[in-house]
Amino acid sequence: MQDNPYKGYRPPALDKLKECGARVWSDVEMETTGGVFSGIILPRAETADAEHIVLKMRTGYNIGIRADRIVSMTVRGVKEAHYRIPEQEFPYDDSNPNVTLLGTGGTIASRLDYRTGAVIPAFTPGELYGAVPELADVCNLHTEKLFGIFSENMGPKQYIALAEAIGREIEKGVAGIMIGHGTDTMHHTAAALSYMVQDSPVPIVMVGSQRSSDRPSSDAAFNLRSAAYAAAHGEIAEVMVCMFGPTSDSYNLLHRGTRVRKMHSSYRSTFRTIGDIPLATVTPDSLRPLREGVYRKRAGRAVRIVPAFEEKVTMVYYYPNMKPDIIDSLVDNGYRGIVIAGTGLGHVNRPLYDALRRAHDRGVALYMTVQTLWGFVQMYVYETGREIMDLGVVPCDNMLPEAAYIKLGWALGQTDDLDEVKKIMLTSVAGEITEREPHDGYLVLQGGLPEVQDFLKNHMM
Amino acid sequence: MSHDRIYRSLGFRSGLEVHQQLATKRKLFCRCPVGLNNGEPDARVTRHMRPTLSELGEYDGTALMEFKTRKTVVYELLRDSMCTYEIDDTPPFRINQRAVEYAIEIALLFHCNLVDEIHITRKQYLDGSIPAGFQRTAVVGLGGWIPFRGREIGIRQVNLEEDSCREVRDEGHQIIWRTDRLSTPLVEVITEPDLETPEEVSAVNALIGRILRSSGKVRRGIGSARQDINVSITGGTRVEIKGVFRTSYGEALTANEAKRQRALLEVRNELYRRGITTETFEASSVDVTPIFAGGEEDLLPEGFVPGPAVRVVRLNGWHDLLATTTQPGRVFAHELAGRVRVIACLDAMPNLVHSDNPRVFGLTDEIWRTIRHAATATKEDGLVIVWGVARDVETACAEIIDRAREATVGVPNETRQALPGGLNRFERILPGPDRMYPDTDSPPTAISREMVERIAAALPEPLWEVEERLRKLGVSEWEARDLALSPWRDVFEKAASGGLLPVKRLAMILTGHRRAARRAGIAFDSIPPGEMERALELLGRRTLLWPGFVALLVRLADAVRAGNGEEERAGIDGIVKSDRLTPAMGEEIDMLVNTMMKGWTGGIGVDIDAAHRALTGEVVYALGPRADGAAIAKKIGERLRGMR
Ligand SMILES: [Zn+2]
Repeated sequence: MQDNPYKGYRPPALDKLKECGARVWSDVEMETTGGVFSGIILPRAETADAEHIVLKMRTGYNIGIRADRIVSMTVRGVKEAHYRIPEQEFPYDDSNPNVTLLGTGGTIASRLDYRTGAVIPAFTPGELYGAVPELADVCNLHTEKLFGIFSENMGPKQYIALAEAIGREIEKGVAGIMIGHGTDTMHHTAAALSYMVQDSPVPIVMVGSQRSSDRPSSDAAFNLRSAAYAAAHGEIAEVMVCMFGPTSDSYNLLHRGTRVRKMHSSYRSTFRTIGDIPLATVTPDSLRPLREGVYRKRAGRAVRIVPAFEEKVTMVYYYPNMKPDIIDSLVDNGYRGIVIAGTGLGHVNRPLYDALRRAHDRGVALYMTVQTLWGFVQMYVYETGREIMDLGVVPCDNMLPEAAYIKLGWALGQTDDLDEVKKIMLTSVAGEITEREPHDGYLVLQGGLPEVQDFLKNHMM
Repeated sequence: MSHDRIYRSLGFRSGLEVHQQLATKRKLFCRCPVGLNNGEPDARVTRHMRPTLSELGEYDGTALMEFKTRKTVVYELLRDSMCTYEIDDTPPFRINQRAVEYAIEIALLFHCNLVDEIHITRKQYLDGSIPAGFQRTAVVGLGGWIPFRGREIGIRQVNLEEDSCREVRDEGHQIIWRTDRLSTPLVEVITEPDLETPEEVSAVNALIGRILRSSGKVRRGIGSARQDINVSITGGTRVEIKGVFRTSYGEALTANEAKRQRALLEVRNELYRRGITTETFEASSVDVTPIFAGGEEDLLPEGFVPGPAVRVVRLNGWHDLLATTTQPGRVFAHELAGRVRVIACLDAMPNLVHSDNPRVFGLTDEIWRTIRHAATATKEDGLVIVWGVARDVETACAEIIDRAREATVGVPNETRQALPGGLNRFERILPGPDRMYPDTDSPPTAISREMVERIAAALPEPLWEVEERLRKLGVSEWEARDLALSPWRDVFEKAASGGLLPVKRLAMILTGHRRAARRAGIAFDSIPPGEMERALELLGRRTLLWPGFVALLVRLADAVRAGNGEEERAGIDGIVKSDRLTPAMGEEIDMLVNTMMKGWTGGIGVDIDAAHRALTGEVVYALGPRADGAAIAKKIGERLRGMR
């Protein structure tokens, strides 16, 4: 922080600061052509323009003053503050289960730098205890920070490192594992871990927040507490995502890692189970299963970790009028696997046929999913589907496109033998393919209908 | 005034924060329409607010207090007046540019220095009034002033911010809010603490309101303007009183708050005399549930149902202080009760009983002896009994002890809520600047010089200059204020300079009579200015008399209300003619007088004056709006004299 005394400033604002002997965190009084302003100079956002200087006033408000209006500046001192998370030792209670929180870089708990608005993550057990002391009611917490990256930068290296870390924790005998993760690609990571960590004897719960924890209405603490309960006391030993059920903070849902998807860019209740019902509801002090057929918590520390991933795998979201050169260029660039999100029951247009045949002949693994998200690929129904299968494209049943993409990377990471890959792809490891779609696995209530309005009126949404 | 001297001797200081909604169609950070919606909610959402860590690595005082209350916050959602932004499920959209322009205009009206770049700041609130847990607010102008009684009142800041939710109900551990008002753009005008008496507070409040209205950019109606008053006296602390809807209470509110602060300082002094300081303060609480539960029921007064848990707080050395008067009809114990109500959610009043007013609920001496014994209290101590759910009762005891300890310092930093009649009660601890931080969801918005120049060029004439000019024309103070903000200001000034009617009469028509007409349901303000000017001219030339003039205005207003276009309307001269509004003259009056007096012989003993009045009245009645009373009276007078 003290590395750059002019953080974010460029000329002309930068020149003005230097000319006046001021810097970031200087306590100044500015005389301008439009009055006198005083406060502390704040760092400037890199993306903001170069004309203005940001002041934090004594009242707590920030304002921007144009550098070319400043006549003179009196520097009264420097008021730099470093914000730290208050740390308190996380209490250990013999009767509580041990839970490990693995960190990937998403901030679940944090505190705020009140001057810049920057968020300082809380991560160690002591920091987390300072921010969410209720955690100590349900578990003895241990934390390990694996990486510090945004969720969009998660990739194969991180999936593998996470899977291996989970293996180590299970061997140590923890009762459950939480993984703090940014929400954008949480479902990709959830799918990867579902394949890479098999037969886990303990719950593996992914958790994040849609509203950062610096705001009083954040979902972070509720998510973290619910996830801790699911990890410490839950009976479901699967890779799961634990996030808001409704937008009210009344309960969370546990979603199976291969069937979950982020469905809204900003809602709290953005994660939904697709093509099935969620596994359970969970709150900071209770868990209610919603269905049978889950992997239950077991004694013992045996787990199978299958860490592998081929990076030259891609996903193509088909659209009408797609040209064959899209497929050709992927093949020419050495891609070994392509997951297509096709229309309807799993279709693409005829002009792609030759390109797909060529890809198949070159040994590229081709798999079909549906961009409708809900429902099965059914390539026998129409002539088109049968033709596309003849080209060597393999239908993925009701695997979600992202779950299929991750799985193909994982399969090709294990073997070059395309028949073996096909066997891996079509054998459900963690519920990514279901035999039956329940009648209530597709419920997208439409607002405006009288019966839906009744539901909304009488239940917390 | 001697009152003023008293306030000056107390070191009374007050400042105002006036919140005024802007007349934009849409909200500040989303595209929802502005307006209240009283329909059945379409859905509800429930949330809980959690304090965030502040600068010192501790929770902010307000935040902590509100967290202690453990309230479930419920939002009522109405499709037509909210979207996902209002429930904090969508980040803000770009700030409403129209609102920015209005705020700049208002900042200029208050002579503020404008900032060059607007930075949205988040101001934390944990009471649930804003679903995000913070209000988005921004400074637009600083360091302004307004003229007041020959001096300047400083305007510290003009902010542009989003309005909060409307409270529906606050009961126990649940508070319900309606999201329709949320995010309505408003300006907040903050004065320096330059006001020296309660009377000045209400006068300046009214002045600020009028200046805001002079912009023509603000919403009108109930709830569109809200005032907070900051009050302190020497030795006291700044206390903010919120929700001063009715300015008529403003004066009493500030006066009562000054009295309350003085009383609190006296309590502190008395505590010092008794050797009780912040360091030596001692208090404790003990569970007395068994005394009230079972066995000794016959001890309990009828109708008193404490419980399920009862505790008593012992305040060492506090005897008699709990009954110290703080505001009219209020005592120090109300300070404790306020904290207990808000923080422990024990809101069925009265929520405590104390030893300085032991007879409440008819508690007997015997019960008090038992309690005093349980609390190991002496006669020198003060006792406070609270009851309710065990967890809340414990919170209540801790709060009572905290508040009593604060009495050793004097006046706690509080936000207080205005009550009808000029009293106030505790609302929350006054938050500090630590609850302000930059809104990372919104980019800064530069205010271009072109925009400022354009707004400045179209700025309305300063209100006080208009009022001054009107007063110089000879109208009263009240009429000057009315006319300055009136749609009839231009018509008035034009007619006044024309000299056809005396200024006072003109002012009376366009202020007092206008009000009366509107109260009577006449759409006075819908009369086109040109027609009003012509009507005034006819009145001035005595082509119309007062009754005819009034009849004409009613006709004009009705025509506009009926939606008749300019061409369809007969025009003033047409109406005057067709409705025969011009006064009856010479022969016409003669004929009527003749008819009325036919067969009238007079005679001895007849009261001539009474006859004069009666006959005049009959003729005036018969002529209606065309009657020129003076001319008729004169004519009848001549006839009567002739018959004598
Ligand atoms: Zn909206």
